[in-house]
Amino acid sequence: MLEVHGLTAAYGRIPILHGIDLSVAEGEFVGILGHNGMGKTTLLKTLIGLLRPTGGSIELKGQNITRMPAFKRNLSGIGYVPQGRDIFPNLSVRDNLRIAMAMHKVDEEKVLEEVLDTFPRLKPLLERSGRVLSGGEQQILALARCLCGGPDILLLDEPTEGIQPSIVEEIIEILQGLGKSRNLTIILVEQNLDFIASLSQRVHIIQRGQLVNEVAPEQLSDPELVSEFVGMGG
Amino acid sequence: MKIALDLKSWNTRGLIFVGVVMLALLFAGPEVFDLFVLLKVILFVSTAMLALSMGFIWGFGGILCFGQSAFFGIGGYAYAIGVINMGESTVPILLSVLVPAAFAMLLGYFMFYGRLSDIYLAVVTLAVTLIFYAFIRSTSGEEYVIGNARLMGFNGISSIPVFNWPGFPNSPLWPDDIFYVATTLLILVYFGLRILLRSHFGRVVVAIKENETRAEYLGYDVRFYKMIAFSIGAGIAGLAGCLFVSFNNFINPDVFALGLAAQIIMWVLIGGVGTLVGPMLGSLALQMLYNWLGTQTFASFLNTYLVFGAIILIFVLAVPQGLQPTARLLALRFLPFTRPPEEKARGGGDD
Repeated sequence: MLEVHGLTAAYGRIPILHGIDLSVAEGEFVGILGHNGMGKTTLLKTLIGLLRPTGGSIELKGQNITRMPAFKRNLSGIGYVPQGRDIFPNLSVRDNLRIAMAMHKVDEEKVLEEVLDTFPRLKPLLERSGRVLSGGEQQILALARCLCGGPDILLLDEPTEGIQPSIVEEIIEILQGLGKSRNLTIILVEQNLDFIASLSQRVHIIQRGQLVNEVAPEQLSDPELVSEFVGMGG
Repeated sequence: MKIALDLKSWNTRGLIFVGVVMLALLFAGPEVFDLFVLLKVILFVSTAMLALSMGFIWGFGGILCFGQSAFFGIGGYAYAIGVINMGESTVPILLSVLVPAAFAMLLGYFMFYGRLSDIYLAVVTLAVTLIFYAFIRSTSGEEYVIGNARLMGFNGISSIPVFNWPGFPNSPLWPDDIFYVATTLLILVYFGLRILLRSHFGRVVVAIKENETRAEYLGYDVRFYKMIAFSIGAGIAGLAGCLFVSFNNFINPDVFALGLAAQIIMWVLIGGVGTLVGPMLGSLALQMLYNWLGTQTFASFLNTYLVFGAIILIFVLAVPQGLQPTARLLALRFLPFTRPPEEKARGGGDD
């Protein structure tokens, strides 16, 4: 589904990613774990096209998308849920969802119904303004909005950041269900060990812009390994 | 997305209020104003339309164009050259919209597809209007002629025919008629922009202004939408230039000068960025203030520009939101009947 070879990226003259190689198969759930400043968000931004790579290649379903602008990548099937949710605070929940469908030539009412079935928590909130939702509800809205475009692959950037535990549980259930029901490919970037371990089929550890190790989710309970690679054991 | 019209919402009530005021001006204007005032009002209508164009691209599209005067001037010159050559005004009026819109699309293509940042965009657009200023000023020679129209350099083109009835080149419009045409065009442009902002295109433009990156990863080609919004703004500025020229029967390169370019920014700033009525009010208020100061001895003693600048500075510091948003806040506070029954979760800007 997604093939990344030797990907490098930089902010101005400061290099952030140093040759990322990553291969993700269709329907796979891959976690990327690392602490702050290691290049997790930069990697996702480069994959969606918000940051131009300085080298390497990205292929989606066999098509080279390295130079493709972000909006075309979205239309080609990459959905992105950024860190901090980034919903439209002045639009209602309904309009937040609609604006994500408009460019995708889908039956809006049908997609809205499907998305609300997946995210029943949003049903009573449809006419509420985005800004009055709680952090957890905003995160669920951001996820729902992303699915409105009917993506094949989902890039999730720290969806549990600042979210209460009960909603984290809800998000885990939703993502597990989505992986199965829609055969979605998901790349999750996280610092939350329990969250990433409970969802991912395999986990890459990122350090200073490089994927240094690949571990099975159950290995994340090994404090030594976590301490060595992620710097947050326990 | 459908265009909704909810009579209970603040936005719709505001639209109705603005519509009533504008229609009252349209129908009562020639009855109430004498000829001198009527001619002034036509000038205000043309500058209000110019302010509206800037209010749209800056306040709703987030494009700070420092050279909106370029499109105003191009529209004016397109009309002047067209009407002198064709001998009638219908096609030149269309040209005054299409030529600046096409030029803006070309300029916008390089600026937006070249991913120019906001500050460089302001600098480039300012440079463009100043290049036009310098170029047109240098066209005094006899070789600078388009058909029958000589550009005349810094002296400008004079004796430009006024509007005529479509299809009747020998039936020019009287000032009353020009007032009706100008005011009707202003109303159409205002409500046209309102409808545009409630359409899918308008919502996307506002979404891009709020957060360009977010719009991009949701599948919107930000560059394209900005280029089209920029071009629409230029077309409106061009139409304003056409009204200005038809009213004055004259145009010179000063329409491209730094003075007008800066004034347009001030009109929007004083009126309220992010509103459409505000920039129109801002243009009216500043021009009236400037005219009034010109008649005051204390101001001429000090230098009119200095007093004008000081008043603007104090106003911006005291009322940073601008005229229209402040008037709205005051109305909501002191006039209970203006309060909406319930703040609903709705998008869109102020009226």
